[in-house]
Amino acid sequence: MTSNNKLFGILVPIISVILGLLVGAIIMLISGHNPIAGYAALWNGAFGDAYTLGETVRRSTPYILTGMAVAFAFRANLFNIGAEGQVIVGWLAAVWVGIAIDAPMIIHLPLAIIAAILAGAVWGFIPGLLKAKLGVHEVIVTIMMNYIALFTTNEIIRNVLTEQKTTTETIHGSASLASEWLQSITYFSRVHYGILIALFAAVIMWFIMERTTLGYELKAVGYNKHASKYAGMNVSKNIILAMVIAGGFAGLAGAMEGLGTFGNISVMSSFSNVGFDGIAVALLGANTPLGVVLAAFLFGTLKQGALEMPTGAGVPTELVDIIIALIIFFVASSYIIRWALLRFTKEGK
Amino acid sequence: MIDILQSIIPTALFFSAPLIFTALGGVFSERSGVVNIGLEGLMVMGAFVGIVFNLTFADVFGTWTPWIAIIVATIIGALFSIIHAVASVSFRADQVVSGVAINFLALGIGVFLTKQWYGKGQTDMVSQPFFTTDIPFLSEIPIIGPMFFKGIYLTSYLAIFVALIAWYVLYKTPFGLRLRAVGEHPMAADTNGINVYKMRYIAVILSGALGGLGGSVFALTIASNFSHSTIVGQGFMSLAAVIFGKWHPLGAMGAALFFGFAQSLSVVSSGIPLLQDVPQIFLLIAPYVLTILALAGLIGRADAPKANGLPYIKGSR
Repeated sequence: MTSNNKLFGILVPIISVILGLLVGAIIMLISGHNPIAGYAALWNGAFGDAYTLGETVRRSTPYILTGMAVAFAFRANLFNIGAEGQVIVGWLAAVWVGIAIDAPMIIHLPLAIIAAILAGAVWGFIPGLLKAKLGVHEVIVTIMMNYIALFTTNEIIRNVLTEQKTTTETIHGSASLASEWLQSITYFSRVHYGILIALFAAVIMWFIMERTTLGYELKAVGYNKHASKYAGMNVSKNIILAMVIAGGFAGLAGAMEGLGTFGNISVMSSFSNVGFDGIAVALLGANTPLGVVLAAFLFGTLKQGALEMPTGAGVPTELVDIIIALIIFFVASSYIIRWALLRFTKEGK
Repeated sequence: MIDILQSIIPTALFFSAPLIFTALGGVFSERSGVVNIGLEGLMVMGAFVGIVFNLTFADVFGTWTPWIAIIVATIIGALFSIIHAVASVSFRADQVVSGVAINFLALGIGVFLTKQWYGKGQTDMVSQPFFTTDIPFLSEIPIIGPMFFKGIYLTSYLAIFVALIAWYVLYKTPFGLRLRAVGEHPMAADTNGINVYKMRYIAVILSGALGGLGGSVFALTIASNFSHSTIVGQGFMSLAAVIFGKWHPLGAMGAALFFGFAQSLSVVSSGIPLLQDVPQIFLLIAPYVLTILALAGLIGRADAPKANGLPYIKGSR
């Protein structure tokens, strides 16, 4: 049975992705496009040349981190919809430190990154605290925190970091993650050293989850709060810590955008969706670090490749959003996929 | 003071109407035990359908177009929400995840079809939106007339009327009792012969209908066109209203009116002596901060329906 479960654990995401792409092809057919041309354009848009390859990696970088921000909380049975807001405050903090401070790179860059992690962690701490001490559902609080982050950040950009402008100045070079070497080998894409940080963070998540007491307690609390309490674990401490670390991952994703891709922050009329997409990434990656990294690259590829679809095949880029939504549905409804698989294998025998 | 109220109240009613509709949808769904994070997506779908119908049939139906458009958006919203119902009731998907997927899906479909049909990321402005009206006789009443009956959208009255109906249905009919029972203790309800799955399907579809209605009213009174940024957060604000209103139809209406009031303050505050010095940002984030405070128990306790968010599996304890 356990080997069966493991097999399902791998099969369900794969089947979901295939089903998602199939429905995407059907939608293209119905709307009068050629699905083969559409997916060929998507492939070229993601892997066609060194530039698009660089951009695909660039786009996947924050997804790895927001995916972990959601996955890490999930393991403690908490749903962190607030990754979006945590990304925004992390982004703001990183850019703020990047602009306001003058220091050599060895101090400045880590400082900016730590600022981003701290900002995200604070944004995770509030829902964590409310959940642990008052039993308030974290989903609603994190949603509300997203909007507070969005509006407050816009206000700070307009009135504190600039004088009524919509974009801040560019961060100092000493706080930048941009890499001339990586850019030169990818025809000046915006790929930056952040990918190494993101992968390193994935290793850290694996280490915390699988090799430390903290990780063991988090998972125990996630499985059964009451049993953990009777076993002598501090349940509220673990809930708060899970949200703080999750927020830290998301804040770090904000640093990727602020210090790596853009080098500044602009007033946002709506969410960037980097955080919301993290939910899809975590879900598809089955909340494990390796799964998250793979899922992040898949979504990075889809999102980057989508940009080529209007010019290459006349398909609107939003097709990919539909496909991603469908993949989430299929993974979430894994009960029915398992059921179908079981029926199928039984009849096969 | 009266001048100020006369400028604030119509604006507040104008901003709250879409929130009231959608929040009532949320009340139905959550009362039956299905969390509906997808309200935002349902509003997107409603706004999209409302605008497209209006653009397409403005010549056919003339001034009746917006009314028929919101009816069509209500129906499409109901149909669209069946996806959420199937996933979260029959397939036992995590309801929050399914709701998130609804949000992605609605926006994806809306913008995809907009580009497909209009060749650009946003539609034209509609030629037949809702217009403000003065109610005959009532608007002549001194003081109260200009506050409540002058330059007002009929949809705002409709919203309040629907809230009263929702309260009656939920609290005064056998159907409402069953719906609430299913959300509190589905097993007990099942034992008493209530079809839990059927009730939850109906509740989610009702929430889709009301969400679609809310989205189309927003689109046809406030936005006037459809793009990816037409609905940004109104659905989540409605969800906040559901909780702030303690899962009660009239409470949700009150909360939605209050949030509409907060929004209207951030619009008209420059004309009000007491408020023009308050930075707009505080008024913008007020609904969200208040919701958190309400949940934290600082503004009375807010307890969710007991079985909210739990899929019902027949025979399990």
